[in-house]
Amino acid sequence: MPLLSQLKKDTYFDSVTLMLATNELKKIRGVHQAVIGMGTDYNLESLKRLGLLSPELADATPSDLILAVDAATEEAAVMTLREAERLLSVKKGAASGTADYAPATQAGAAKALPGANIVLISVPGDYAASEARRALDSGRHVMLFSDNVSIDDELELKTRAVEKNLLMMGPDCGTAILNGVPLAFANAVRKGDIGVVAASGTGLQEVTSLIHRMGCGVSQAIGVGGRDLSEKIGGIMTLQAVRALEDDRQTKVIVLLSKPPAEKTFHALLGVLKDVKKPVVIYFIGADPVPIERLGFAAAQNLEDAARTACRLSTGRQPSPLLSDEEIAEKASKVRLTAPSLRALYSGGTLCDEAQRILLPRLKTIHSNTPVAGCEKLPNVYQSRGHTILDLGDDEFTRGRAHPMIDPSFRQEKILSEYADPETGMLVVDVVLGYGSHPDMAGAVVRSIEEARERSPRPVVLAATLCGTEDDPQDYEKQRRTLEDAGVFVFPSNVSMVKFIVSVMSHG
Amino acid sequence: MAERRPPISGLFDQPIQVINVGVPSFSDDLKRQGVPVRHVDWRPPAGGNKRIQALLRRIKNGEKTS
Amino acid sequence: MPMDVEQANKKALQSIQSAQPVLVGIDTAKNVVPGMTDNLLLHAGPPIGWDTMSGPLRGAVLGALLYQGLARDEKQARELAVSGEIQYSPWHEHSGVGPMAGVSSARMPVWIIENKTKGNRTYCTLNEGLGKVLRYGAYSTEVIDRLKWMEETLAPVLSEALKLRGEINLKAMIAQALQMGDEVHNRNRAGTSLLFRELAPCVIETHFPDKDKRKVLEFIHSNDHFFLNLSMPAAKAILQSAEWTEGSSLVTTMARNGTEFGIRVAGLKDRWFTGPAQYIKGLFFPGYSEKDANPDIGDSAITETCGLGGFSMASAPAIVKFVGGTVQDALNFTQKMYEITETESDSFQIPSLDFRGSPTGINIIKVCELGILPQINTGIAHREAGIGQIGAGLVNPPMKCFEDALEAFAEKYF
Repeated sequence: MPLLSQLKKDTYFDSVTLMLATNELKKIRGVHQAVIGMGTDYNLESLKRLGLLSPELADATPSDLILAVDAATEEAAVMTLREAERLLSVKKGAASGTADYAPATQAGAAKALPGANIVLISVPGDYAASEARRALDSGRHVMLFSDNVSIDDELELKTRAVEKNLLMMGPDCGTAILNGVPLAFANAVRKGDIGVVAASGTGLQEVTSLIHRMGCGVSQAIGVGGRDLSEKIGGIMTLQAVRALEDDRQTKVIVLLSKPPAEKTFHALLGVLKDVKKPVVIYFIGADPVPIERLGFAAAQNLEDAARTACRLSTGRQPSPLLSDEEIAEKASKVRLTAPSLRALYSGGTLCDEAQRILLPRLKTIHSNTPVAGCEKLPNVYQSRGHTILDLGDDEFTRGRAHPMIDPSFRQEKILSEYADPETGMLVVDVVLGYGSHPDMAGAVVRSIEEARERSPRPVVLAATLCGTEDDPQDYEKQRRTLEDAGVFVFPSNVSMVKFIVSVMSHG
Repeated sequence: MAERRPPISGLFDQPIQVINVGVPSFSDDLKRQGVPVRHVDWRPPAGGNKRIQALLRRIKNGEKTS
Repeated sequence: MPMDVEQANKKALQSIQSAQPVLVGIDTAKNVVPGMTDNLLLHAGPPIGWDTMSGPLRGAVLGALLYQGLARDEKQARELAVSGEIQYSPWHEHSGVGPMAGVSSARMPVWIIENKTKGNRTYCTLNEGLGKVLRYGAYSTEVIDRLKWMEETLAPVLSEALKLRGEINLKAMIAQALQMGDEVHNRNRAGTSLLFRELAPCVIETHFPDKDKRKVLEFIHSNDHFFLNLSMPAAKAILQSAEWTEGSSLVTTMARNGTEFGIRVAGLKDRWFTGPAQYIKGLFFPGYSEKDANPDIGDSAITETCGLGGFSMASAPAIVKFVGGTVQDALNFTQKMYEITETESDSFQIPSLDFRGSPTGINIIKVCELGILPQINTGIAHREAGIGQIGAGLVNPPMKCFEDALEAFAEKYF
């Protein structure tokens, strides 16, 4: 088994680039195993496990790049290493080829761009907090994309931010739109008068995209990180953001999206929100809307409803529905289930949760890797059973892989395996467009559907919710057509797709 | 009585200019939209070398550690 | 009270920025170089003994022994070199610098540079020229004869010329050269031309015969690197003024002896931190390749230590042709150096960076933290004595020097 390896001293690439490159290499014919990574202890261990740790690589340090290939022939191995070089040099060229020197520090960057007011941080978790601290100390707002930051650090950073009158979005904040600029994973959304504060990335993407599709616009979309409304953090950044939106002339309506907050935080939050003069729409995922409405806020039932309510408050009119219930039922009447189970492969955690919640009363038993209350945890997350709704972006699935919104390969594998399971009668996905996301996720999904059909030619009902706007870089219409041409029913919102699922399952 | 400062330092009235530390595609996307951005070619401190990181902390914290 | 490193560095930088290196004269090494004796040979880089010397350095030692008259022939020179009767000491420990092998003996003439601000003086031999020369380890009769001519004619003519001219402000000359395409390590053509301009009228005015004056002027004219032997001690004088500032983490010496690379730090008096000298990456003259190259050698990295040389590569884009790079690469190298230095020079400005001051004050803390090593431009010597320069390119010190220095720094002050 020809094994080739290479060590490049003092050569650094970020993990996403390396994982994507590794994926490409694995596709080469004759390659059994390929690894490109930094010489961290973890990677060296992995190499050892795979039997790829050659003596040459044993002394690698975390600032060295290691390449290892196990291929059927010598030729294939050599070609693979060469391809690796090519992929990485393209990446290096892209980053530095614009003739702009990329400084090594924030201080260096600030010298070149003195007007910088936001620092977007996506370095590994161990180092993210100190980068965030550096940014706040230099008087700049922070969008902390990185996760694996301790809750103690989060508290310290957010406290510091409030003292300095700055935003500290995150950790684990993947989405924001500030002054109309999409940051990290975000959609190109019309500017308007609805301000959104969210503790969820895809939730924010869905709501802002729907606001756009309903004809309204977003003033600001601020992510606060998934733990902001926990007891320890106490909603510091949510409050900071809400106050800012209250003060903002452009904002007329405020939307708040989150998992249900901790008890104490909930009361503190409502205490502040009571005094806000602008209408507030609250969607605490899974929470009972009644107590919220009793306090005078508009409580949304789901993400689409949050967008709809906000638009109604903004314009004074109910926005026209994206897809009426009749239209959904009509689509559902066109198909028949030939096998009992639903398999849902989500890249967005909040959309996955929303689907589970709405479907549970209808489907009775649902399995997931991230089950909501009442749903079952899969004993083996790689083995679906019955109705299974998966969040492919969960930590369990993203160890050693890039996130499914960037890298379709794991979802493609799952499409093949779910399709091959004779239990599967219906297979659904979310396709999330926008900056940061894959350039042609619809194409990637369709390719694996076509391959699946070839292997197991039987009718499976296919559906996708397409989250995004016509201004997104991926060409919304083209993505929709790609899916529809492959026989996938396409929906403008997660909720409408879930209604379709209910309809199909009920008369199935 | 705290003085009335514009919330979050008036960010909503400023042109967004970004320093990107980490994943290069984020700055590529911003460049494509014409947003002023500077990408930081970030490496782990001391190339990930724990011994050197400890020495650096010792010097920066200004105390004898042992 | 923990040491305030930032304050200490500011103090060191103050000395560096305010230094005023001036060429004040020429004299014999024995007369002016501190600690010079008849059986002492000074060399480039950190301390080293005959056993570990590379080819060029050994060749230069033999040549110096012959020139100094301590040995009759090569055989005797070799015996003497290992006998224990000859002492070897780094130029840096005697207030001077030597390019390439940098070997100097008592009777060699040296430039005298004075830092007018603090009064400290530094020394360096006069540049022999290109090709087969002592500094590349050549020791043939031709080499010895040339050294003799330099001692008997070149130095006396220039010495008198200087007395007539008065002092020459080297800081100003270096600053001008930077704005004319030099970086005063690997490219010195402008500096040599400016020097020639200053000296020529006075050379003519000296009492020496015309043929000597002519030869002196032709000698300077034919050697683009003549100015290097002034830019180096000028840089040394600047950095020496910060030695030994208590608590400062700034680098005051970077030097190589062909086997090891050594650095010294302002707040760590007299201590060398060494690691293996690296092989230079660059282009080779026709007929030569990597296998012929000697590891990095010379005190010329004192220019980089001072923000010149590789640090000012943006001033000398022609240099990057040696490494197959683009003009943008030259700019990028300089910009990278700002990350590991504390400030920008008040005097040495780089036109292509909007006249930004060159990166000044290498901080070992930043080097270790960022993993960015100082960038050096340098010539490549043949590993065998006496063949000469075989190429030029880019090289870095080994990280070990900075890590060891960091540890010593932490031990001493924290």
